[in-house]
Amino acid sequence: MYDTNYHKPSSVADAVSALSGAEDGKVLAGGQTLLPTMKQHLAAPSDLVDIRAIPGMVGVDDDGDALTIGAATTHAEVAADPTVNAKLPGLAKLAGGIGDPAVRHMGTIGGSVANNDPAADYPAAVLGLGATVITSKREIAADDFFEGMFTTALEDDEIITAIRFPLASKAAYAKFPNPASRYAMAGVFVAESGGSVRVAVTGAGADGVFRHEGMENALSGQFSESALDYTDVDAGDMLSDLHGDGAYRANLVKVMAKRAVAKAG
Amino acid sequence: MTTITVSVNGKAVTRDISDNTLLSDFLREDLRLTGTHVGCDTSQCGACVVHVDGTAVKSCTALAVSLDGANVTTVEGVSTGGDLHPMQRAFNDNHGLQCGFCTPGMIMAGIDIVNRYQAEGKTLTEDAIRAELEGNICRCTGYHNIVRSIEDAAAEMAGMSKAAE
Repeated sequence: MYDTNYHKPSSVADAVSALSGAEDGKVLAGGQTLLPTMKQHLAAPSDLVDIRAIPGMVGVDDDGDALTIGAATTHAEVAADPTVNAKLPGLAKLAGGIGDPAVRHMGTIGGSVANNDPAADYPAAVLGLGATVITSKREIAADDFFEGMFTTALEDDEIITAIRFPLASKAAYAKFPNPASRYAMAGVFVAESGGSVRVAVTGAGADGVFRHEGMENALSGQFSESALDYTDVDAGDMLSDLHGDGAYRANLVKVMAKRAVAKAG
Repeated sequence: MTTITVSVNGKAVTRDISDNTLLSDFLREDLRLTGTHVGCDTSQCGACVVHVDGTAVKSCTALAVSLDGANVTTVEGVSTGGDLHPMQRAFNDNHGLQCGFCTPGMIMAGIDIVNRYQAEGKTLTEDAIRAELEGNICRCTGYHNIVRSIEDAAAEMAGMSKAAE
């Protein structure tokens, strides 16, 4: 790993100024992707700004209509949180299925969402639930946040502080993990709220997480597995690599969508 | 360089380290605690698992500088006096290792698994152990004896926590 300067600010304002003052600064939120990337010399940030010591960055807040989860809340904390389990069990289960236990003890929701890995799980929940990404500058709707693999609407000196998830009457996630890496080859989050359905797909799309309009329309008509029988997933929009070609992934997306619907009940 | 003070196996240590020092390197190179192994160095294998403030983490994927003030426990720190930890004893009794390279990580992950399940009052089944070992790779044993070791240790650790009540 190349040399770097570590900062541990105690406020969001200090974190932003450390980030904007750096030649090539990066936010360190859990490091479970960033540190391996740095070790492989695929990233060499001049400065790391660790946001985990900032008060208010960890925890779940329930205002009755939505759960707001602090950016530095670990996957293990979300998976075990009683409020998330009671109000959005599909989100708790998703968090409990990321990586492995040791990774879940360090990796955070803010880090995962900011990184927008095309095979990460959280982006599917953020987009599927129509969540709002709260940053040091503004609030960004999920539909405007994800801009293609590893690309988001975040500006260089902008830091995610929390994610606000509106409650849903039904919500669940199903994924098919790659047998070796355990990253999603296809992961589908479905959520139903007030008669409208959102379907977000991760792992499979050629350009990162995306919503599938055809499945959303079918499920809005009838929230059942069979409603998905006659929907089409375009193999041309899928990733195609040694782990699976586009047609294989397109089929997986449909199977995972059905499993998610079945889980959501 | 940054000065950090960390409690390692119950003993406070203060060192000047460069900001890019991984916890695994800090333990092995600076403190000469070579029980923590580095297998893959890509966060996959779990040979480097240690406990930070009571939970299992991959020490090859944590910066030592970020852990100023933390409590770190390595495999060298789990025995009490001359007595092996029940998890260590169970790996010995059940032949839960062959080459032994993954064993420090397996033991630290195993203790973490049992602690978490017991704290939550959940039953630790064989299936649960196998799922929990997702991030710990053994290339020798086929896992059967590792799973048995953790099952045995869990039973003994449950007895210990009952006795302590």
